[in-house]
Amino acid sequence: MIRFDEVSKRYPGGKDALSRVSFELGTGEMAFLTGHSGAGKSTMMKLIILMERPSQGQVFLEGTNLNRVSSRQVPGVRRSVGVVFQNHQLLFDRTVFDNVALPLIIAGFSHRELGRRVRAALSKVGLSDKEKQYPVTLSGGEQQRVGIARAVVNKPPVLLADEPTGNLDPELSKEIMNLFHQFNQVGVTIMIATHDLELVSRMKRRELILDHGRLEDNAWQ
Amino acid sequence: MAVNTKSSGATIAATDLRGKALSWVGHHRQVCIESLSSLLQTWMSSLMTWLVIGIALALPTILYLMLVNVGEISGSWEGKPRISLYLVHEATEADALDLAHRLLERPGIESTLFISSADALAQFRSLSGFGDVLNTLDQNPLPGVIEIKPSITDVGQLRLQVESLRTYELVDTVEFDLEWIERLFAMLQFAERLVATLGFVLALGVLLIIGNTIRLAIENRRSEIEIVKLVGGTDSFVRRPFLYLGFWYGLGGALVAWILVQGSLLFLSTPVETIAQSYRDDFALSGPGILDSTIILIVGAGLGVSGALLAVSRHLSEVEPE
Ligand SMILES: Nc1ncnc2c1ncn2[C@@H]1O[C@H](COP(=O)(O)OP(=O)(O)O)[C@@H](O)[C@H]1O
Ligand SMILES: [Mg+2]
Repeated sequence: MIRFDEVSKRYPGGKDALSRVSFELGTGEMAFLTGHSGAGKSTMMKLIILMERPSQGQVFLEGTNLNRVSSRQVPGVRRSVGVVFQNHQLLFDRTVFDNVALPLIIAGFSHRELGRRVRAALSKVGLSDKEKQYPVTLSGGEQQRVGIARAVVNKPPVLLADEPTGNLDPELSKEIMNLFHQFNQVGVTIMIATHDLELVSRMKRRELILDHGRLEDNAWQ
Repeated sequence: MAVNTKSSGATIAATDLRGKALSWVGHHRQVCIESLSSLLQTWMSSLMTWLVIGIALALPTILYLMLVNVGEISGSWEGKPRISLYLVHEATEADALDLAHRLLERPGIESTLFISSADALAQFRSLSGFGDVLNTLDQNPLPGVIEIKPSITDVGQLRLQVESLRTYELVDTVEFDLEWIERLFAMLQFAERLVATLGFVLALGVLLIIGNTIRLAIENRRSEIEIVKLVGGTDSFVRRPFLYLGFWYGLGGALVAWILVQGSLLFLSTPVETIAQSYRDDFALSGPGILDSTIILIVGAGLGVSGALLAVSRHLSEVEPE
């Protein structure tokens, strides 16, 4: 599903954020991406959704070489990947419903289908009763779940989460992780960047460890 | 592209085209309404922009309408170009009448009027007060005249007409005062150019005002644009709200312009009509008709969308998700 082939990334004027990273994540797999701050976790995510391009090497998504994707085709790629961020990235002047509906509106869903899917996604993350509220009225954990609902509402085959539990207390973190676990069980390929090592060890999943841009270990727990 | 087909296969979007089209139209309508209501919510600052645009559009429009009115007065006033054919002394009244009749068949001539030398003398006598002097003459010095009212107004064509009228044997001299009409036409032409130039410059100004306003709107909604791009919004999707914003700025400005134009014409109508009625008694200052009004609105909205396109093409690509 996701394959990195000798990928290096050097930001303009910087050192290498990633050096010759190679790995493959199969369809339906769930893996954690760990490493110190600045190790290159976010950079890897950005390469997959084409927020950045590799300096060297190739990234494959669903068999497509992303180096060959033109800027006009970028939106199409992004629609097949759900993303969740630490800082939620919600629209604060829109209701929860509208926030979650955004990917569907972009994809051109009919009105009826839209309502059905948004409610299904909200019920999956346990926010069915909050659809008319604005994000500011929600707690951090609830906001994060809105972000997750938006990421999965379009039923993307791949889900990326960049430090989704960064701001949350352990209890909420566990809740969020359980959500990801559920999505994985219905076949979604998931990659989660985190530095919460305790959580990772508890989940007993594949772990990719980045250290200064090098994929050091490819451990199975 | 494998990703596109695969992803649409995996995410099975609204598969039927009809549904897609409907949702596309629905989104347009929604964005259209949302952008207007966002402008109305901050109506104070929106009104300022609308006023600025309105004034810039109203100025050339008012001048243009005045020009149209002046053209109307000059085109129909009583002292309309008139050609006088002074006939040779040998011409008999029958010859003259015959010529006056034949001239009617020429293109560009609306009517002819023959004034015999006797009539001319009588007219002169009563108008000039030189009756006694004329009595001392033993012969009528005045020639017969054919007065021609041309139906054309183009100065070049009038000149040609005059030249060809000279060639008639019965015609001694042709008199036609082109000067005043040429001067008027030259002035009108100059004024037209002036208005066109002014209109162009001000339209450019409107374009820049709207472009800048949209640039600020893009700046304000930076995070929203980033999010939309992040979840796969196409460029045209991201662009849409800003184009509608430009549309409403332009249309609103044009509406203000229209009100200003109507108001100014109402304000000017009394003095202008007083002046104009000394030339033509049925003169009324004509304002923008339905066609003119429609054009004002279309131009305004068009400038709005163009200004927005300008801003969007320059600034939207700078906003990328971080
Ligand atoms: N836009 C950028 N320009 C320059 N350097 C960057 C940029 N983004 C990230 N970096 C650098 O690349 C390295 C990896 O960053 P990142 O992928 O964000 O790490 P992580 O997410 O693991 O904390 C860091 O040294 C960071 O400073
Ligand atoms: Mg990071």
